[in-house]
Amino acid sequence: MSEQEQSTVAEPLEVHFPQAVTPDERKGYQGYVVATEALPEVATYARDELGYDYLSSVTGVDYLPEGKTEVVYHAYRTAGGPALVLKVQVPREDPVVPSLVGIYPSADFQEREAWDLLGIRFSGHPNLKRILMWEGFHGHPLRKDYQEVYFEAENKPFKNRWPEGKVYRVEEKAPLKKNVQYPPDFTAEGWVPEGDAALYAGMGQVVAAEGGNGRALNTDQIVVNLGPQHPSTHGVFRLVVTLEGETIVDLEPVMGYLHRNHEKIGERNTFLMNMPYTDRLDYICAMGNNFGYSLAVEKLMGITPPERAEYIRVMMAELTRIVNHLWAIGFLLNDLGAYFTPALYAIEERELVLDVFEAVSGSRMMCNYFRFGGVARDLPEGVLDVVRELVHERLPRKVDELDTYLTHNEIIRARCVGVGVLPPEDAIAYGMAGPVLRASGVPYDVRRADPYSIYDRLDFDVAVRYNGDVYDRYIIRLDEIRQSLRILEQVLRDIPEGEVQTGKPQYQVRVPAGEAYGRVENPKGELGFYVVSNGKPNPWRYHVRAPSFINLTAMGEMCKGQKVADVVAILGSIDIVLGEVDR
Amino acid sequence: MYGIGILKGLGVTLKHFVETYVDDIRWIGRRYYNDEALAVRQGPKARGVFTVQYPEERLTLPEEFRYIPFLVYEEQEDGTRHDRCTSCGICAKVCPPQCIWIQRSNDPDTGRPIPQPTEFFIDIDICMNCGLCAEYCPFDAIKMDHDYEMASFDRFAEHILNKERLSKPVSYYASIRPQNYAREETARAAKEAAKQARRGG
Repeated sequence: MSEQEQSTVAEPLEVHFPQAVTPDERKGYQGYVVATEALPEVATYARDELGYDYLSSVTGVDYLPEGKTEVVYHAYRTAGGPALVLKVQVPREDPVVPSLVGIYPSADFQEREAWDLLGIRFSGHPNLKRILMWEGFHGHPLRKDYQEVYFEAENKPFKNRWPEGKVYRVEEKAPLKKNVQYPPDFTAEGWVPEGDAALYAGMGQVVAAEGGNGRALNTDQIVVNLGPQHPSTHGVFRLVVTLEGETIVDLEPVMGYLHRNHEKIGERNTFLMNMPYTDRLDYICAMGNNFGYSLAVEKLMGITPPERAEYIRVMMAELTRIVNHLWAIGFLLNDLGAYFTPALYAIEERELVLDVFEAVSGSRMMCNYFRFGGVARDLPEGVLDVVRELVHERLPRKVDELDTYLTHNEIIRARCVGVGVLPPEDAIAYGMAGPVLRASGVPYDVRRADPYSIYDRLDFDVAVRYNGDVYDRYIIRLDEIRQSLRILEQVLRDIPEGEVQTGKPQYQVRVPAGEAYGRVENPKGELGFYVVSNGKPNPWRYHVRAPSFINLTAMGEMCKGQKVADVVAILGSIDIVLGEVDR
Repeated sequence: MYGIGILKGLGVTLKHFVETYVDDIRWIGRRYYNDEALAVRQGPKARGVFTVQYPEERLTLPEEFRYIPFLVYEEQEDGTRHDRCTSCGICAKVCPPQCIWIQRSNDPDTGRPIPQPTEFFIDIDICMNCGLCAEYCPFDAIKMDHDYEMASFDRFAEHILNKERLSKPVSYYASIRPQNYAREETARAAKEAAKQARRGG
């Protein structure tokens, strides 16, 4: 990583901050360890002087044996290139780290998540409260000494499955009540939902502080809950909206209804076991999730897949992108009130692509197809012909059809043009990724900015649109499908014969100690996996940088000043999947 | 002019509407309950609606389709069953949600493990159909099934499958996954031949 800094005019970090910044010299680790109190200064320097304007991921690692907690920041340049990795180490007992929300607003939700799950307090965070767990929850579940409900053993595989497998149901062996921790003097009956009360009160205070709306006719503001049952059609999710008439004054997303502590499950699993779990993050794009996780672990293992496997991977990832964007367009139209006809037209082709996924992987959605160093199996006979037919005939026709069907429709234009505008500098600051970022005029695509797999050899354009409104977020998805088709044409032309797996398939892979951050341009944005291994069969830390989750950071910003009916349109244009938001 | 975009869009809807009739006429009387028509209707050249009249007609499953695992046994000439499973435990170790329980027993005379499972359980409420057990089984003894109609009225009584309910003959496996079966048999024969040759030499 240090070569990158030397190529710029500004002094590299360790030269500019000789006291506060030291290179991380643990074996298998990268980046810099920054003194806690110097973090804001170092981050400002990295952003303004070194050009790392895009803070991609913030997460924590609980190093229980060393008695410390580490916060890890991955920052990138939107101009492209590798990461700047900053780390802050604090004692495990009372971890306090200065918040970076003022410098990188994209840290907002991620710092809240780190507080919620790891108990790291970020001093100066404007709204530091739980985000995935509920407010009455006791403890921080990602800490290594936390044991969840139905806790069975520290790591998988569990010892009692073999050779004396006495079958039982988890509910029998680990009853719910015995294994739940409550705060001292907690009674379920007397509990007041502090978080909700605080949420509403906070929004009410905005009104009181401003002393009315400043107009001759003094009106009241009301707080409305959109959700938690499907405010549009995207899943269980809630938006708390403060309204002045029909205009939105303030909006805050509330999530976590589908939270299952994916990362804790991942840390109990062996490396390979995590693969099918990644399918369940963004369940529309299982192949893309597999891709990101494989990249991260392959980086640690130091292996690369054979040529044919790379082509198959890219083929699957691009088909996934097409599927996802068709789905996103269809459901955006659903949100706008065009109930289901456009959605069903859009997902006809999705069915055909899912047939391909089923033929290669055995499952339409939960593909579990990628393995470390390749893919699970070669393409069955006839699959390439179907993909050819789709890529050359069917899918281009569908994109053109959707284009004719929707693009110039006056109602759609009236509902979408100029709605939910996000200027490029805000889009970068809020860490938006994928089509939402590119529709705001920032041509940032991981496939180009930091190429992985064989994307550096493929010829395609990074789709970009400049208005940053809902309409551009719709149209950029059509552009991206066209680019994906271009990529697929090249893949189908060039795909070589050969092996699809490096080395012998192993059920227990050996992963050397160290850390790795693998990221891919998933259809919804940059999907990153931060994996720390300590050389054991299970990852020590497994973190998912979920694009849907971080893209919601700017939801409030986009909605302010819009009408309440636009909220669903804006939400639809971000294109979230709750499996990934809540993890 | 205002409204042209909407009219164009309605044109697309009309096209879809007409296509369903065109397709009906093309397959007059044979569009449903007909394997040939079903294959075309579900393929990339399909026109009209995609609907399948389940359960009267069913989608053809690709060979790799995977649902709950089953155990493969060989039918001996004398009519008894021989489990391919040697209770090595790899499937139980690789299973991500840990839904496989295997009981292995020891020979009372020698004290060494008997290479057959005494009991074998899969909790199908927990199984996530990932297929890793079948993929990493070194003896081709556990395979993923094609039978997806598993609904029952009592989950407590029905949803933990034991060895009896899990076992299916090799012939069944060969019928649902002919290509995989052929490939594995060829590999097995080659291995066997190599062994013989070594023994002979």
